[in-house]
Amino acid sequence: MNRRTLLASAAAMALVAMLPALPVSAQTPFPEGEKLKVGFIYVGPVGDGGWSYQHDLGRQAIEAEYGDRIETTFIESVPEGADAERALTQLALSGCKLIFATSFGFMDAVINTAAKFPDVKFEHATGYKRAENVSTYDARFYEGRAVMGTIAGRMTKSNKIGYIGSFPIPEVIQGINSSFIHARKVNPDVEMRVVWAYTWFDPAKEADAASALLAEGVDVILQHTDSTAPLAKLQEKGGIGFGQASDMAAFKPTPRVSSIIDNWNPYYIRRVGQVLDGTWTSHGVWLGIGDGEVEIGEITEAVPAEVKAEAEALRDQIGSGAYHPFTGPLNKQDGSAWLAEGQKATDEELSSMNFFVEGISAQIPS
Amino acid sequence: MLRLEPRTAAPWWLGIVSPVMAVVATMIVGGLLFALMGFDPVASIRTIFWDPLFGPAAGYSRPQLLVKAGPLILIASGLAIGFRAGIWNIGAEGQYIIGGICGAAVALAAYPAEGFWIFPAMVLAGAAGGWAWGMIPAILRNRTGASEILVSLMLVYVAQRVAAWMAFGPMRNPEGFGMPGSRNLQQYPPASNPELIAGTGIHWGVIAAALAVLATWFLMSRHIRGFRIRVAGLAPRAARFAGVRPETLVAFCLGLSGALAGMAGLFEVAGPGGQITDSFGSGYGFTAIIVAFLGRLHPLGILLAGLLMALTYIGGELAQLMLSLPAATVQVFQGMLLFFLLAFDTLTRYRLRWGTAR
Amino acid sequence: MIEWTTFLLLLSAATPILFAALGETIAERAGVLNLGVEGMMITGALAGFAAAHATGSPMAGFVAGAVAGAALSLIFGGLTQYLLTNQVATGLALTMFGLGLTAMFGKPYEGVKAPSMAGGPLGINWVIWLGLVLVPVTWLILNRTRPGLILRGVGENHDAAHALGYKVRGTRMAAIAIGGALAGVGGAYVSIATVLQWTEGMTAGAGWIALAIVVFAGWSPWGVLAGAWLFGGVTVLQLRLQAAGVAVPVQLLSMAPYLATIIVLVIISARHKYAGGGGTAPGSLGRSFHALR
Repeated sequence: MNRRTLLASAAAMALVAMLPALPVSAQTPFPEGEKLKVGFIYVGPVGDGGWSYQHDLGRQAIEAEYGDRIETTFIESVPEGADAERALTQLALSGCKLIFATSFGFMDAVINTAAKFPDVKFEHATGYKRAENVSTYDARFYEGRAVMGTIAGRMTKSNKIGYIGSFPIPEVIQGINSSFIHARKVNPDVEMRVVWAYTWFDPAKEADAASALLAEGVDVILQHTDSTAPLAKLQEKGGIGFGQASDMAAFKPTPRVSSIIDNWNPYYIRRVGQVLDGTWTSHGVWLGIGDGEVEIGEITEAVPAEVKAEAEALRDQIGSGAYHPFTGPLNKQDGSAWLAEGQKATDEELSSMNFFVEGISAQIPS
Repeated sequence: MLRLEPRTAAPWWLGIVSPVMAVVATMIVGGLLFALMGFDPVASIRTIFWDPLFGPAAGYSRPQLLVKAGPLILIASGLAIGFRAGIWNIGAEGQYIIGGICGAAVALAAYPAEGFWIFPAMVLAGAAGGWAWGMIPAILRNRTGASEILVSLMLVYVAQRVAAWMAFGPMRNPEGFGMPGSRNLQQYPPASNPELIAGTGIHWGVIAAALAVLATWFLMSRHIRGFRIRVAGLAPRAARFAGVRPETLVAFCLGLSGALAGMAGLFEVAGPGGQITDSFGSGYGFTAIIVAFLGRLHPLGILLAGLLMALTYIGGELAQLMLSLPAATVQVFQGMLLFFLLAFDTLTRYRLRWGTAR
Repeated sequence: MIEWTTFLLLLSAATPILFAALGETIAERAGVLNLGVEGMMITGALAGFAAAHATGSPMAGFVAGAVAGAALSLIFGGLTQYLLTNQVATGLALTMFGLGLTAMFGKPYEGVKAPSMAGGPLGINWVIWLGLVLVPVTWLILNRTRPGLILRGVGENHDAAHALGYKVRGTRMAAIAIGGALAGVGGAYVSIATVLQWTEGMTAGAGWIALAIVVFAGWSPWGVLAGAWLFGGVTVLQLRLQAAGVAVPVQLLSMAPYLATIIVLVIISARHKYAGGGGTAPGSLGRSFHALR
């Protein structure tokens, strides 16, 4: 297959969706009385309380939904690379007919394994390579970030909000831009401080990053790393923050005033159902608040009622599709024009985003 | 009181019996552990040790043993030579990473050229990179007396950060949507190291590992340099009188083990791994140290030890997916296996005696 | 740039590696190279957290962390000192074992919060103070007391120490246990004071940094303090600079302490080689001792 057609874009997604049903995808329902085996591989331990934990909740959700029609299994802490391909193959060999690979770094391993097992269906999270039996799915985290940004902009007293970034990749850059744009919208004096931790999960380092931001006068912290360490630090030293990936409800009502939750349950339940009734086809989807995949956790009483109402209104507008968080006029950091009045960013632009918007003073490391 | 007395010559069968005893002991204690955790001990042990070899999916997992064991054996063969001479390279992980990066650099520079020369050039670059990274501690030890244990260990950390820098910077795939990681070399045929015979798991790295076992066996038992290495390890002073120059030996051992580790890294990045990522070094270099000792620093022993380590990794994954055994439990089990193997190894070197010393 | 709050951050970031590195210094001065620091730290982190959570007292947590670290180190001690296994391989196995063990038994503590710690003088909690006090104390014990002299003698030349009638194995076991206890306290600091919770693998390589610091320090407690501040300082400073909006080359900067360690090692080794004297690796470091008589 031509590599070009595999590039992540709405166009490619549309193309896949419009393909006429090929012989392979002309499927029959999964035989009654036979158990569908569904496999998962996680990049971290299920106990990480964040990314892999949320995917495992999705696994439990499909078990609860379909009961003894299905059976699930998983392998945790799978390193990316050769080990991932072996883990995927072992899942396929053990009889799994549907496999969820839940980290970007598994991408090539998924494509390779899928080529060897044409009758097994693969679902790859956050990737961009697809095949007839490989779908990709991702969440529009930046939609949730817009809501967080609104709360942050309203709640900050020092007018400095901090963002703990994991790695300078498009997903994180979208999040920083989206939260900054919406914080500025409600508070023109707001400034954004960014710290790159270069890790998805290192509690001690995340705690140090939070401390460094607090020492800089920041009083609201958004995080794009998965541990609760920054929230624990905020609880100790004051300031507010948001749950990331999971609800992190243990830190309610403050410092955790709300959260951005990866809720994979609806997608997983739907896809398993489609395999069972024989309607599964390959696609690439990027789902957001409207689809229930990005959820805004309870906004606690630490947030004034009018701010809460404002944040919830924004959430509902994004959810209904009435509003896109990246709507012009927006300039790039260097002042050059990006989106004109009313113009919306395309999915292609977003999925390879490598610049900050105007007003952020931090630099993206190269 | 129980005490140990060195053996002058161990009976030949002890070398076989002691690892078997260690594995049996691990099975018993590990079985108890699994039972305590609420898992069927017999099924768990069978899944880890038996199923990868003879279970229903063994047709796939047997070749995978070679894929997993290949780099371990290749690295450990080189390390064992140095260890025999009392030269402690514990930075193989760093040499592995740098070898992989250097080899990949050749491929990425050549992309998208075609040519039969690309892969051999990558192998050379990988070996040269590992060699150079290994020569840093060698030169520092020879010139200043700095401990090679510590310098080589420090260089692991430096290499890990070089890998992260490469994955995010110079080597980042320009078509990768800003995600870290280089191009996947599996998709660039002149630079890839594919499975040579379908369904066997054999790639060039596995062949190199087999050759390394043969070559190191020949070196250590048939070649004058091997003799010198053994003498230097057993009796450093005697070796000096016999005309062995310690500086040469340090450079030879660190350079050789570095080159082999570098090649292992290259075969991995061009083959099963596919790309340079920020987590490219996945611990092969450290695990290989354990393999070298489990193999009692003997080439044949290393071959078996490497396969045994690979077995517990693959069996551990099977136990996770078939029995839902948590990854952590498997890790504890592996740790125990190592402890027992190391402990029982003592029996081949020493005799247990009751009573006080003479 | 280096104002008081940043210095406080540095002190806190340096404390876990300071404890672990002091402990490893004592073990290495006795001639024992224990690469299992990471395994002992994570064990201390879990045991400490569990005890602090159960009793509500962070103090109890640190004691439990020390006990657990020491207990794990005794596995290493028994194997290397009594069964004469290779120290490098045994240490690596210990790290693997410790990480697995804690991941296994730590499940019930995920998502639980730690009791809060009381502050101390100058806003510095008492564990940080304890770490700072331990530096001169360790130096005094190693250099000015008889047990310290014996310990160094055992580490420099175990055959000679044995010939003089000192108990090589007993001394080393004690040094290993102290090393384990201090690594355990360092780990407990991560879970109880820095992160305030338990998650598996949370020490994230701090034990390996501690090993580097010991070398950087030239096996001297004062050097350990300098090393812990350098490593802690680089981490804190780069985060602090980033927070202040300065673009820093994170990857290159994070290599710096390791390169500095190599340079320091080279300098002290060269001084030792050419001028005699000066701190360098203990003579019997990493070698097994077996008394023939």
